[in-house]
Amino acid sequence: MADMMQFELVSPERMLASLQVIEVEIPGAEGDFTAMADHAALVTTMRPGILKAKSATETTEYVVTGGFVEVSGTTTSVLAENAVPRSEMTRDAANAILAEAEAALAGLTGAGRDAADKRLADTKALVEALGL
Amino acid sequence: MANLKDLKNRIQSVKNTRKITKAMQMVSAAKLRRAQEAAEAGRPYATRMADVMRNLARGAADSDGAPRLLAGTGKSEVHLLVVATGERGLCGGFNSSIAKLARLHAQRLLAEGKKVKILTVGKKGREQLRRDFGHAMVAHVDLSAVKRVGYVNAQDVASEVLSRFETGEFDVATIFFNTFQSVIAQIPTATQLIPAVVEESDEAAAFYEFEPDEQEILTELLPAAITTQIFTALLENGASEQGARMSAMDNATRNAGEMIDKLTIQYNRSRQAAITNELIEIISGAEAL
Repeated sequence: MADMMQFELVSPERMLASLQVIEVEIPGAEGDFTAMADHAALVTTMRPGILKAKSATETTEYVVTGGFVEVSGTTTSVLAENAVPRSEMTRDAANAILAEAEAALAGLTGAGRDAADKRLADTKALVEALGL
Repeated sequence: MANLKDLKNRIQSVKNTRKITKAMQMVSAAKLRRAQEAAEAGRPYATRMADVMRNLARGAADSDGAPRLLAGTGKSEVHLLVVATGERGLCGGFNSSIAKLARLHAQRLLAEGKKVKILTVGKKGREQLRRDFGHAMVAHVDLSAVKRVGYVNAQDVASEVLSRFETGEFDVATIFFNTFQSVIAQIPTATQLIPAVVEESDEAAAFYEFEPDEQEILTELLPAAITTQIFTALLENGASEQGARMSAMDNATRNAGEMIDKLTIQYNRSRQAAITNELIEIISGAEAL
């Protein structure tokens, strides 16, 4: 049996998940990665994407739009700006986050524009991956 | 002595007032429960955010390239006071206690020769501070259309604050709100937002790897941490407001009850006096015949 670790997913408004998992697949800002027990301590940012938490019995998927991840050997805490279980995701909600990313891009120049550009591209990929 | 009709009307009117205050009390009780749940639900995020901040900021605060949100501008000349109050009255001392704390703070800063700017959230605080500090009011965030405070509302306030910081309008920001302790006790609180305050802890710092590097994460994390602080303040305020209103309305209901009792006694006495009077008139009339 694989080692378990504590996984916590919190958004500012509520705690979405707190359970024992085997691994968590995280859409990191610089690439996807999977955290398992005894992972090296790491703090990173997330891009819009799908987060997968695999427990002994099931895999739960969440749609996140960004935030921070803190991984230590025994716990993985995800501080998401906005997180929704994938099963509750709707076409309208997907369009809303897409529209938000587009709005954030408008009127930006320079370094800020690059970041917003990347965010929009990530959001587009996310919406496509959802395939609603 | 007031005549009977007047007394009767008076009693009826106090009874109506009591009905209203009683209803408001019950509405507040229901809203309080929801507000408390929301405050409870927001707590895990806030604590974790503080943890991450602590781990990150410890190393970064000393380095030269520390972001200004953490290190400050190096001065404390211009202070921004974010005064978060309610949108409605009839909640006891809830709004005035926040305004009072903010006023004292502002007066102290002014006495020290510093500049004060005020950003209000919620109508009531603006009304109370306008007389003394009208010239210092720089912005107002209107939440009167918001039924339940969400993270987006905190983001609105945060973006107001952060954009002003970036244009160098102030050096230090402090937020004023009421911390919910119980239905009868709400504590006016002032928390410094900018530069970010990092709590000291004895826990040994874990060595984290950062991806992207520390500075980049910090520049993203700091605004989020400030937004979280504002959000926590708004949630605490929400619960406090309902708690304060509930106890204020409870008092009002009780006072109305006492008043009704007093007026009823007065009414009965006058009625009795009128009857006695009439009887005397009838009897003396009969005797005269």
